[in-house]
Amino acid sequence: MSEYVLFKHLIDPEVRELDHYTQLGGYEGLKKALKMEPVAVVEEVKKSNLRGRGGAGFPTGLKWSFMPKDDRQKYFVCNADEGEPGTFKDRYIMSENPHQLIEGMVIGGFAMGATVGYIYIRGEFKFIADEFQKAVDKAYEAGYLGKNILGSGFDFDLYLHLGAGAYICGEETGLIQSLEGHTGKPRLKPPFPAQVGVFGQPTTVNNVETIACVPDIIRKGAGWFLTIGPDRNNGTKIYGVSGHVNNPGVFELPMGTSLREIIFEHAGGILDGKKVKAIIPGGSSAPVLGPEHLDIAMDFDSLKEAGSMLGSGAIIVMHEDTCIVEAFARLAEFYAHESCGQCTPCREGTPWMARIIRNIENGDGREGDIELLYDICTKIIGRTVCPLGDAAVFCIKGALDRFRDEFEYHIQHKKCLVENKVAIYG
Amino acid sequence: MALRFTEQDLKEIEAICHRYPDRKAATLPTLHFAQKKFGYISDDAVRVVAESLGLPVAHVLGVATFYTMYNKKPVGKYHIQVCTNISCALLGSREIFRHLSRKLGIKAGETTEDNLFTLQEVQCLGSCGTAPTIQINEKYFENMTVEKVDKLVESLKKGEIDV
Repeated sequence: MSEYVLFKHLIDPEVRELDHYTQLGGYEGLKKALKMEPVAVVEEVKKSNLRGRGGAGFPTGLKWSFMPKDDRQKYFVCNADEGEPGTFKDRYIMSENPHQLIEGMVIGGFAMGATVGYIYIRGEFKFIADEFQKAVDKAYEAGYLGKNILGSGFDFDLYLHLGAGAYICGEETGLIQSLEGHTGKPRLKPPFPAQVGVFGQPTTVNNVETIACVPDIIRKGAGWFLTIGPDRNNGTKIYGVSGHVNNPGVFELPMGTSLREIIFEHAGGILDGKKVKAIIPGGSSAPVLGPEHLDIAMDFDSLKEAGSMLGSGAIIVMHEDTCIVEAFARLAEFYAHESCGQCTPCREGTPWMARIIRNIENGDGREGDIELLYDICTKIIGRTVCPLGDAAVFCIKGALDRFRDEFEYHIQHKKCLVENKVAIYG
Repeated sequence: MALRFTEQDLKEIEAICHRYPDRKAATLPTLHFAQKKFGYISDDAVRVVAESLGLPVAHVLGVATFYTMYNKKPVGKYHIQVCTNISCALLGSREIFRHLSRKLGIKAGETTEDNLFTLQEVQCLGSCGTAPTIQINEKYFENMTVEKVDKLVESLKKGEIDV
């Protein structure tokens, strides 16, 4: 059985309470960190091979080391925007084990010399943010936040900031813009946030799950973290399974657990004993896989090798009664809706793709539509400020590559290949 | 009558501003505050937010119209938002949306004549493991079925539950 690093509420359901959290070793990592040199904390995180859980898989310690060592005001920002379709993991860390995120924020702030932290939570999660704030208040009372934390001389203030309904604010520079009070239109990089971030100051943005890994890495040492999961893909991962499974939910397992084990052992197998048809392995932007990939190890490198990505570890399962064209028409509509409108290829390309796929789905597809979709993909990818356009392309192109026959059938026969299909639109 | 913030409201807005080194950063939280107080973000609400923060009206309007959670027109007492994105759609959210639409006699974005319900279709609510999910005001209702939403609407009409 797996070791719970993040989901400590599965060890003690009351872990959201400060005294329960400290009984499980909570805030010991912080105490240890405050006695270390900040640069040694960064080194420890580097050694652990912790990689960003928000989607990109970038080495966290390396990202932290990009922060300048001068005396400018610096910020540590937590991305809790959780908007990638299929993703619903960070909310459980925040609602069930909030102190671990708070502790990770303080340790990160100390390591990078940031004295102020913001947690950017999607606005729809206000009910989670309200509860989380209570944990923040408790941490202040106990001296884990505020001035001169545990007598170390280090100050750290933590504030929650609610978004207001925009997927684009999950992109780190869009998030920074939004935190500054602007529309969430991403910025060009460089300059990277470590040089010019929020309020023009050096800033690091990490995902909730990433930050929540830090306290145990410091407390138990990087060596312990390296014993979990495959080489360079260390630690546990929260996999979220949704769609056509018997037991949807979030499961914390060692990184590299097979897709088959996650879907069939933990998520209870496919609804009504049907066959798996398509699996999106890492949130809607990860290229879709088929049943032949069930034995893949769910880690950053294995999925990349298979032409997809781990992304947020959000697994969306579709069984044999799903019309792929219809499912991806819905996702195309999502990207079109969420494009911020800043870059022409994405603003014009995403709704165009959505219209074409919807037309194909409705039986109005034309010869050449598939080629046209591929052409639009090549005209979006790599030509925009942020990766939203790329994400839309990964999603749509992934479906075209793997299920081209279904798109062709639709165009030729003006109807679905699937009978008695799940009604996504129809 | 023109909208205004009370002295107490302004104190709360100042407390929000203290979280940031720049008053502009308080734009989103102050718009949330205004929406809670005034029900929706009218042009007049935009003006009072701008004045309270000392920011141009154009900036606040730009922000208010960019984010989907700020309602630019009045909504009913119960703002029902049905997630129809992929994970919810795979488990029947379309049927739930249609049922609500028929039952309430309104289309997406419309409000019932008694101002009790507004119905909307939304993108992913981040609640995919408990799909289908709907949000009513600030509350989530998960693992929904047509029967469950039916009962929910009846309970709301009778004032039996609070959201």
